[in-house]
Amino acid sequence: MADDKKPDLIKLLTNGIFSENPVFKLALSLCPAVAVTTSVKNGFLMGAAVLAVMTMVNITVSIFRGLINPKVRIPAYILIIATYVSMTDMVMAAYARTAYKEMGLYIQLIVVFAIIISRAELFASKNKVVPSAFDGFGMGLGFLGALVLVGAVREFFGKGTLAGMDILGGRPLLIMVLPTGGFFVIGLLMGLFNWIEDKYFGGVSGGGGGGGHH
Amino acid sequence: MTHDLIKIFIASAIINNFVFTRYLGLCIFFGVTKRMETAVGMSATFTAVMVISAALSWIVYNLVMLPLHLGFLKIIVFIGIVAGFVQGADTILKKVNPALYHKLGIYLVLITTNCIILAVPVINSDEKYGFMQSITLGLGSGAGFSLALIIMASIREKLEFAAVPKPFRGMPIAFIVTGLIALAFLGFSGLITL
Repeated sequence: MADDKKPDLIKLLTNGIFSENPVFKLALSLCPAVAVTTSVKNGFLMGAAVLAVMTMVNITVSIFRGLINPKVRIPAYILIIATYVSMTDMVMAAYARTAYKEMGLYIQLIVVFAIIISRAELFASKNKVVPSAFDGFGMGLGFLGALVLVGAVREFFGKGTLAGMDILGGRPLLIMVLPTGGFFVIGLLMGLFNWIEDKYFGGVSGGGGGGGHH
Repeated sequence: MTHDLIKIFIASAIINNFVFTRYLGLCIFFGVTKRMETAVGMSATFTAVMVISAALSWIVYNLVMLPLHLGFLKIIVFIGIVAGFVQGADTILKKVNPALYHKLGIYLVLITTNCIILAVPVINSDEKYGFMQSITLGLGSGAGFSLALIIMASIREKLEFAAVPKPFRGMPIAFIVTGLIALAFLGFSGLITL
């Protein structure tokens, strides 16, 4: 039993980071991925907020999975998510004030992220607490990683800095930090992910092609 | 007053277009723009839900929550209002107009958990808009979203026949096309200052 469990949990973690990356593979919750990723710092804060909410929601849903009537499960999940989002929102507003001014709206909108509710529905409602926590944490890490990656590319080309450190000493491509840049960078990164998968893993990837349905 | 409302309408429809400058509703935007017909159906549904949820949540927020100092509960309350309203509309439509229900059925359910619908009440409360202003923002945002969906659907119908490199097929190329449209919409910034 103990032997079976360990690789399982690690697989749950890596699942969210690579093979089912919420942004590049599942194409879910794209709005914040484009909106707040003008710098590494913003991407990191947003990703951290989602990571925290997602882990807590998965744990809570898993604890109460026997008590929630299937007929009212979606409203119940939304209520749980909304509670944690309100908490995160207040914490952010208190401790990260400058960043909150830029991305406050998107923090509040975490409540409707398809990725969180889909994990609660698909995983946490059917599994025990520990695996659910790992699943939420892994998916959150994948999301965080994607946001930091997009943020790094946009900040590097748009402002010539990386995580606030001046590297290029100029602004080579200002367009990258404008709205347009976010779409270009994500489009190009998705293409890159597909190309790598196609070339080195040979698998026919449905990745990123499925369209972002809820 | 009227002047002010026109400003809000144009600003929310074009300058701060939900899709191209505020990046909201992207899941739906990429999901339904494969065919023109679904895009049109979706735009109509969204605009209607946005206006009504803007009005309902303004009433609840300003007449109930603010006097009771419950502002911190707004996320939970707004999502409750939207979900309740959509569920109600769904049930009523099923009884009253089954034909329309079958046309819109799928979209109605999708709407509940959509960031673009929730964003309207949140922006209204953040900006402390009045009742008419809130409705105008809902209407303008709906118009802007419809515009975005219809532009994208027309492009994607042509895109089906284009020779796109293999790794870029599907979502990646859709993102790059959106980037180009967003670039065009950048030209509207500064048209009106609010």
